Amino acid sequence: MNKTLFGALAASSILFAPTAGATQFEVTITNLTNAIHFTPFLVAAHPAGNNLFVAGQPASANLQAMAEGGDVSGLLADVNGLGATVVENPAGGLLAPASSTTFTMNTDGTTNDRLSLVAMLLPTNDGFAGLNAVEIPTAPGVYTFDVPAYDAGTEANDETVNGGGMPGVAGIPADPSGLGGTGGTGAAGADTNGNVHIHRGSLGDTDPNGGISDLDSRVHRWLNPVIRVTLSVQ
Amino acid sequence: MTIKPSNVLALALSGAVLAGCSSDNDFVPPPPPPPPAMATFEVTVDNLTNAQPLSPVAVIAHATGYHVFSVGSAATAGLEEQAEGGDNMALLAEAGADGDVRATASGAGPIGPGGTETITIEVLESDVATLRISTSSMLVNTNDAIAALDAVDVSTLAAGTSMTWRTIAYDAGTEANTEEAAHIPGPAGGGEGFNAARDDIADRVSMHAGVVGQDDGFATSGLNNQHRFDNPVARVRITRID
Repeated sequence: MNKTLFGALAASSILFAPTAGATQFEVTITNLTNAIHFTPFLVAAHPAGNNLFVAGQPASANLQAMAEGGDVSGLLADVNGLGATVVENPAGGLLAPASSTTFTMNTDGTTNDRLSLVAMLLPTNDGFAGLNAVEIPTAPGVYTFDVPAYDAGTEANDETVNGGGMPGVAGIPADPSGLGGTGGTGAAGADTNGNVHIHRGSLGDTDPNGGISDLDSRVHRWLNPVIRVTLSVQ
Repeated sequence: MTIKPSNVLALALSGAVLAGCSSDNDFVPPPPPPPPAMATFEVTVDNLTNAQPLSPVAVIAHATGYHVFSVGSAATAGLEEQAEGGDNMALLAEAGADGDVRATASGAGPIGPGGTETITIEVLESDVATLRISTSSMLVNTNDAIAALDAVDVSTLAAGTSMTWRTIAYDAGTEANTEEAAHIPGPAGGGEGFNAARDDIADRVSMHAGVVGQDDGFATSGLNNQHRFDNPVARVRITRID
């Protein structure tokens, strides 16, 4: 009798399942850069019509906290409020230069057909990489997205590594590469564009003990794209 | 161009055997089997940079098991030679020895900024179902930057059709980006090319961060603002001819 009941339940759950196609897919995030680390990624499959950020619009306070200090707790609450399918910190810490992390997501039984992910670039003041609500493909295949670096527009790019990671606190929280310097006098004032925009890149200098920046122009710059995201749909 | 399908070798051997028997008048050789059906691809590379000549392009046609590079993995010795000095001979020899590689070809010479070259490569029709094409070339006014395309899928290209990719610049990770003229083999430096020492910040391929140059405060750089580049650095169009 139990067996029959189980069968009936299974049949009804199939009947009422959303009609979305692929519900399980594999995600690989590759840090393409030479000397930039990424703070722990927040990855969310969520319903269409929602965005963690919009280029040309001001950053939300939660996006600012992620972009300036790597703190995704506010954005996590945002996506949980949407009923999103979430993967937090897939790399188990920082994603190092030229490294990858791979994980599986399953959106079975949801309407979460868009994918977003964000993480801060270190060392930067408020640079982040963001994949913005791309449609999750349903046909089997491997899909590649090259992702640029954005500037949250919320903090001056002074390129001073001083531990400043809280929103509104000047400075860069850390340089995990260990290749930077100290004593920089400040590379730049406030952004001209205070909205989210494509990051203009870091300046750096070649003086480890002074100059305008604590970053090294020979290693801490980048050209886009900074991460590559591949979705593998079976 | 080098084609290395095993049955071409077999045909050559059987031809030699038949030639050896040809003086025997009593023996009537059967008609030779028809040549295997071939597929021809044209690979057109456009240099999109301002002042970075591209070294002779290496074109490698292969099955799914070969990669000319992988982000995060150390460059092969052959790729290092090309990335540091522009010479693709070792890279093509390395590829030619790989069981997954079907054919290799080389550009005739460097492709200057704004220049273009079309390179033809031919494979067995029977190899097309899993065919990938990789290309690689050095940005010669750098320490070890390459414009490369890894394993693009050309198996579904119909005759007379083409696909286009834009290639970004990768850092081979085998030589520190000193930008000193003595380490830049291109016309901006005239310095050393390949050196087996691996002294970059990490021995693995990543995206190239671009060049800094003396105009941007890198006093010992042999490069100037003309040599800067941004992505994409080259455009690759692959056309299946037949």
